[in-house]
Amino acid sequence: MIIRQTRLLGESVDAANITDCQTAVVRMSSIGAGIHILREGVEPVVQMTCRDRNRIAIQSDLLGAYSLGIRNLLCLSGDHQMFGNHPTAKNVYDVDSIQLIRLVRRMKDEKLFFSGEAFNGQEPRFFVGAVANPFADPFEYRVDRLEKKINAGAEFIQTQTIYDLERFTRFMEMCVARGLHERAYILAGVTPLKSWRAARFLQTSVPGMIVPDEIVRRLKSAEDPREEGKNICLEQIKYIKEKVKGVSGFHVIAISWPEIVPDIVKGSGLYPRPVID
Amino acid sequence: MIIAEQKPIAEIAGYIENCNKVLLVGCGGCVTVCLTGGEKETGILASALRIKRRLEGRPLETVVCVVTRQCEPEYINALDSVVRDVDAIISLACGIGPQYLAGRYKDKYVVPAMNTRFAGGAKKHGVWEEYCGLCGDCVLSLTGGICPVIRCAKSILNGPCGGSQNGKCEIDRDVDCAWQLIHDRLKILGRLDTLKEIVPPKDWSRSRDGGPRKMVIEEVRNGSNTEEAN
Repeated sequence: MIIRQTRLLGESVDAANITDCQTAVVRMSSIGAGIHILREGVEPVVQMTCRDRNRIAIQSDLLGAYSLGIRNLLCLSGDHQMFGNHPTAKNVYDVDSIQLIRLVRRMKDEKLFFSGEAFNGQEPRFFVGAVANPFADPFEYRVDRLEKKINAGAEFIQTQTIYDLERFTRFMEMCVARGLHERAYILAGVTPLKSWRAARFLQTSVPGMIVPDEIVRRLKSAEDPREEGKNICLEQIKYIKEKVKGVSGFHVIAISWPEIVPDIVKGSGLYPRPVID
Repeated sequence: MIIAEQKPIAEIAGYIENCNKVLLVGCGGCVTVCLTGGEKETGILASALRIKRRLEGRPLETVVCVVTRQCEPEYINALDSVVRDVDAIISLACGIGPQYLAGRYKDKYVVPAMNTRFAGGAKKHGVWEEYCGLCGDCVLSLTGGICPVIRCAKSILNGPCGGSQNGKCEIDRDVDCAWQLIHDRLKILGRLDTLKEIVPPKDWSRSRDGGPRKMVIEEVRNGSNTEEAN
């Protein structure tokens, strides 16, 4: 399944995110899946949450991941376990996402374990990413928190899925005013929707999301909702490319719809992808 | 204080199914204040157990006592005269009570009537909420007097996470986001800059992760020769 989905992406993406048991539902480990897609020639961005591992397990897994060729790491808190299929589990949160970013950077920059102990062998040199959610509250603190993640050492930022373009624009204006876009690559998250029900679900059931009613209405009245969903996504990318300053790229979060990714990338003029040696 | 709630009556009755006479021990400490294990509640539980057993045709004899605090040996010792002929002791204290009772009365079957929930306080009449995570390394000076260790569902020290919306936590729309509260409070105090500092990982060895904890006040210990609880 992972290999089939990876092949669907073709050469339309520079890298693909591999989630770490998203919504706290048990899945193949992000490192394991990352190795599979790496073998298929797609660069993985391995996600690592703080929910399931203490600092010992995190470092151990990171050493293993790096040794196997994983180079991009996205550090995040993780969805609370109550959302998943093991709601009676114990969570860990030994470190939080910002502490994780700083400690992974310290591994790279100072060759130190989280404890401060020095490395003997090869230190993992990840390209370290973080997430930002412009749609969570308190809004005025969201840019501060992004700055805090960049100060901790985040080199790239992936945003939550954007539907509220007005709020995202305000968020990015604040980022640009502080020069944050020059200190980290900010990737805008977009998710094509297959149906109005999917839009409604995100609107009402997913914390930290804002989906304007207009999007639900458009999908509801569309003759071909999938086509409309794709078009909405292309419009969003176009808007962000043309009107929003400070965005370095896009993260197409195609939930259960990987085959749409090449269409989105090509349709938005982002194809072919640059070739890097 | 420690907040504890009574277990379902069927569960407590199940523990003492084969007993004919039991001692119920209430506690005059926290559980009296949170109205679950004081004199009144201990009497009610004893009646309920007796009624249940009478309806089942196997009458139960109960003895009811309430001690000042079950977490201090000197108060427990007062039970010596009443435990002799009972088949079991039911403690209505927090989790400390049954252990102290079991420690003193080694040949008695001691069972808990309570589920110990948390360290908290009264929110309004009949409502208690968790306020302290007993982490052993208080951070309230940094967080405007609001504890992220226990009031944030992820115990994060550099919050709020991306699940905070409209002041509420991602786990439940009725639960306040602790970090929204911290943010609002620091704003009032003119200390929002505090949030720019990256709080380093916590030393959890001072929490339960370091094993059972012990506190000693040397001058008090040296000046006394009281017996140690088991």
